[in-house]
Amino acid sequence: MFKKILVANRGEIAVRVIRACKTMGISTVAVYVEMDRDSLHVSLADEAVLLLDRRGYLDRELLIKTAKEANCEAIHPGYGFLAENADFSRRCQEEGLTFIGPSALAMEAMGLKIKAREIMMAAGVPVVPGCGAITCLEDAMQEAEKIGYPLMIKASGGGGGRGIRVVTGYGELEELLPVCQKESEMAFCNSEVYLEKFFTNPRHIEIQILADNFGHVVHFGERECSIQRRRQKLLEESPSPLVDSTLRAEMGDAAVRAAKAIGYSGCGTVEFLVDENKKYYFLEMNTRIQVEHPVTEMVTGTDLIQEQIRVAAGETLAFQQEDITFNGWSIECRINAEDYKKNFKPSPGLIETFRPPLGPWTRMDTYIVEGLKVTPLFDSLLGKVIVWGKTRDEAIARMRLALDEIQITGPETTVPLLRMLLDQEEFMSGEYSNCYLENWLERISD
Amino acid sequence: MTEIKATMAGVVDSVFVEPGTVVEAGQKVMAIESMKTIMEVNTTVGGTVTAIKMDVGEFVDEGDVLLIVE
Repeated sequence: MFKKILVANRGEIAVRVIRACKTMGISTVAVYVEMDRDSLHVSLADEAVLLLDRRGYLDRELLIKTAKEANCEAIHPGYGFLAENADFSRRCQEEGLTFIGPSALAMEAMGLKIKAREIMMAAGVPVVPGCGAITCLEDAMQEAEKIGYPLMIKASGGGGGRGIRVVTGYGELEELLPVCQKESEMAFCNSEVYLEKFFTNPRHIEIQILADNFGHVVHFGERECSIQRRRQKLLEESPSPLVDSTLRAEMGDAAVRAAKAIGYSGCGTVEFLVDENKKYYFLEMNTRIQVEHPVTEMVTGTDLIQEQIRVAAGETLAFQQEDITFNGWSIECRINAEDYKKNFKPSPGLIETFRPPLGPWTRMDTYIVEGLKVTPLFDSLLGKVIVWGKTRDEAIARMRLALDEIQITGPETTVPLLRMLLDQEEFMSGEYSNCYLENWLERISD
Repeated sequence: MTEIKATMAGVVDSVFVEPGTVVEAGQKVMAIESMKTIMEVNTTVGGTVTAIKMDVGEFVDEGDVLLIVE
């Protein structure tokens, strides 16, 4: 096992990784930029190194140098920043450091969306009806007839909701195809685009997987992530109200096949769209730990970050698929520094008071402390409240209580909005698609 | 003389005008990035820009003067 790890991130995920390391008896080195000096991750780590440039969390060579000088054996990238940067993974390896994540090759296989689709189809994983690279308008027209409108023009180099245009008919296809090709070239240095069927009311459901370096892959069931605004998730739950044990096993198997097809190792997430008929389609794979991983931890009793570190250190998985069981229900709410009454305007600034929610089966992952000045330099996620209950109703009741008890003064936050959401009938029924949140927000803003 | 102020803390992402630029009320004059969101700053009045108080990359607090229009 590693003796010392550099945590190349900030915010709540840096805190989360440091806690996992401490539990395992691993020393930690935090890095921070000046604006983050008072963040919790800096004081929790055994050592902390100031990065002079405010873009320091993205400075690959500086992070590698810092890790080597501090005698670290591995780097944990968290999520965001360099977590899905294949070059960084490769550079770590070249310098004799373990990158806690998949190989550069596995990341690259999932990075280009057309290639990823081909690999998935070959592995027998259902993909969204669509086509390969489009070369000309005639080609696009023929493929569009086969797929049917509405459809999406997608950039092969895109991902995470970027580089997508929805077209409803031939006229728009003719008009937008060259626009998309040009935009893709500019945004991703790759003009390749392809077509995919557009689902009007799908659910966004993802499967957590874990793979060791020896080809063993298991899944930890699903997370329901359909509560989204502008493709950003606000609340996640596990299990999904839609998914029964049969569908879970099927989707889980598909996700495991997907990971095996690219020789994946570490924690990863396979995202699917699921339609009204419970048919599921591969969307993309996130080759990192995700923000919403705690709901999976709560229902499976597994510390995913610890497992991620173990497999990165070369250990074989200590369990098999049948050892993973699902117990109860978990919900996560993202507490963002945003003013939802002003179109989610960012709200950085001083944390005047902060009292986290307490009580049974209530957890908060955060980096904020009273007196911290939340910087506008990074994203707005202050932390996540996670609860567990025997049933979905109990989990909802605990989350209501948690959001009633949490106190954050200073920045505006998403707490009041999330609290209202928990009382909405559609949410309580569990019958919602990924259009629900935006439609509801539109209704309440009138 | 009107001071155009930041409505949000952040970092100046772009400046679209320079001293001498004639602007109309509502015109986009700057963009501020805060928490990975880019928000445009529009001038509330028309006139001529006489001074730019903040450069690209500088931190601004809510209420800081960004530029002057006369």
